[in-house]
Amino acid sequence: MIGFILRRLAIAIPTLLVLIILSFLLMHWAPGNPFYGDKKLPPEVMANIMARYGLDKPLWQQLLEYIWNIVAHFDFGPSFKYKDRTVNEIIAQGFPVTLTYGFWAFLLATSVGITMGIVAAVRQNSWADYLAVGLTIGAQVVPNFVLAPILVLVFTLGLHWLPGGGWNDGRWNYVILPVIALATTYMANIARITRLSMLEVLSSNFIRTARAKGLPGYQVVFKHALKPALLPVISYLGPVFVGMITGSVVVDMYFSTGGIGQWFVNSALSRDYSTLLGVTILLGALTIGGNLVVDVLYAWIDPKIRY
Amino acid sequence: MLLAEARIARRSKVGEGGAAAPAKSAQGRSLWRDAGIRFINNRAALASTIILALVVLFTLVGPFFAAWSIEKIDWSIIGNVADVGGPSIASGHYFGADEVGRDLYSRVIEGTEISLAVGILGSAVAVLIGTLYGAIAGYFGGRLDSLMMRFVDIVYSIPFLFILILMLIIFGHSFVVLFTGIGLISWLGMARVVRGQTLTLKYREFVEAAIATGVRPLPVVFRYIVPNLLGVVVVYATLLIPEIILLESFISFLGLGIQEPNTSLGALIAEGAQTMQYGELWQLAFPLAFFVVVLFSFFFIGDGLRDALDPKDR
Repeated sequence: MIGFILRRLAIAIPTLLVLIILSFLLMHWAPGNPFYGDKKLPPEVMANIMARYGLDKPLWQQLLEYIWNIVAHFDFGPSFKYKDRTVNEIIAQGFPVTLTYGFWAFLLATSVGITMGIVAAVRQNSWADYLAVGLTIGAQVVPNFVLAPILVLVFTLGLHWLPGGGWNDGRWNYVILPVIALATTYMANIARITRLSMLEVLSSNFIRTARAKGLPGYQVVFKHALKPALLPVISYLGPVFVGMITGSVVVDMYFSTGGIGQWFVNSALSRDYSTLLGVTILLGALTIGGNLVVDVLYAWIDPKIRY
Repeated sequence: MLLAEARIARRSKVGEGGAAAPAKSAQGRSLWRDAGIRFINNRAALASTIILALVVLFTLVGPFFAAWSIEKIDWSIIGNVADVGGPSIASGHYFGADEVGRDLYSRVIEGTEISLAVGILGSAVAVLIGTLYGAIAGYFGGRLDSLMMRFVDIVYSIPFLFILILMLIIFGHSFVVLFTGIGLISWLGMARVVRGQTLTLKYREFVEAAIATGVRPLPVVFRYIVPNLLGVVVVYATLLIPEIILLESFISFLGLGIQEPNTSLGALIAEGAQTMQYGELWQLAFPLAFFVVVLFSFFFIGDGLRDALDPKDR
């Protein structure tokens, strides 16, 4: 097991480094620089600014210092755009928001998705089954950036039940729509995967044996069938995690929740390269880390995977 | 896909077919014809193909019926779009007008065209790179294979969406960057699928026969392996198209993709999502309808092709 974790780390760490170097170089090759404004600055002033942000040093030195600051001090440097703020402060402000609705969305997607999948499989060809299957097909073509406007249309503009944007320190009514917009696609996919694997498990021999010896239905499902049926779901949690990170960008933009995704897009649009770089690396590290955790979890549950 | 399997499939068909079949079975059916028949018998896939063809036809013929060209601004409705800019035959705005008085009918046609083009071209790039890469890695095996696939593993786990957005910001929002970026992301999955399939193909008798008669390694890959991969590649490429359309729409929704005056379905949906609060629902409804129909069609066609072509599921 430890060997497996080490092997996975041996891929994850170079990946993260490649990500950092790639994004760093892309930023460096960007045409122009972030300090050219409407007014042309005198060369001495420009030289001062470059020195202040360390941009006068050779490229390899900048890169090494950047990586060292992240690894040793978790310091992403100053923002190019907001003169008095560091990228760390921006992340500290946005990240808790993203984490809050991300956590609820993950919880909603897994709990409701798995429940729906089980019900659909156990009562195959009932209305619950058709509802689950219909929902999964619909979710394929209604991604979060389509769902978000529709939710606002119905619940904010139509029914006036919930606010259509803002965060308000995470009051419950502000959290609901972002969570639903983020969770629905994955909820539907989890339901589909659970249903399929549950159907397969329920038709296997050991379940027939369990039924034959007279166990009540709920015990067959929960004690015998559930564990093997959940394996494919766990392997899908990696993509869910990744998808929710990218999805949070849409949710942040559409609902103006002020999370990390909003900073990503805003810094991209205003060419605030240092913030963009910091946020990219943070989101990338989260993606890679999430995949790592899911892989290890999967290997822990299903020893066959540890090759 | 493979001759032996096709023959078995044909034999079982003859068995089911009853009295009428034996007379027909005298003349052989090619593998692709066989797959074609299976595809046509799949109603959802067939209907989706027809619908998609209609959508494509609409984007080609539609502009000839447009009362307003794509650049022309209808000054008479500006400032009052919510009341008089709705869909109507009389004003010539069949799908309504957008917030700045442009004709949505023409815009939706252009958006659909661009979204389809991005999907198909992106998928084509992925097919080209992915097939060659996967086939070479799978066929030669050994250290080259593990090196090439480890590279794929590493690149695969980089969250490339963010890199793509960086590329668009830095090199400008041009089609070239968008296509290259999307192609760079999406060949990876293709390479994995193709490699897996190549591994099962390379020990087949016809490949051994080719090697035994002295065909050199690269021609074996291109003449014997790649043509037999076609089925898998076609299925995967069809399913890749909607994913790329989704990806492009996602980026355009954030305002980071295709830029004005060009547009795509994602960009139109983003606009519609912003103006719906003024009651201009048509601006969301029409692009969304096209988006959903196109995606649905591709998913069903992909599913149908998989059922028709994938040897595993038979």
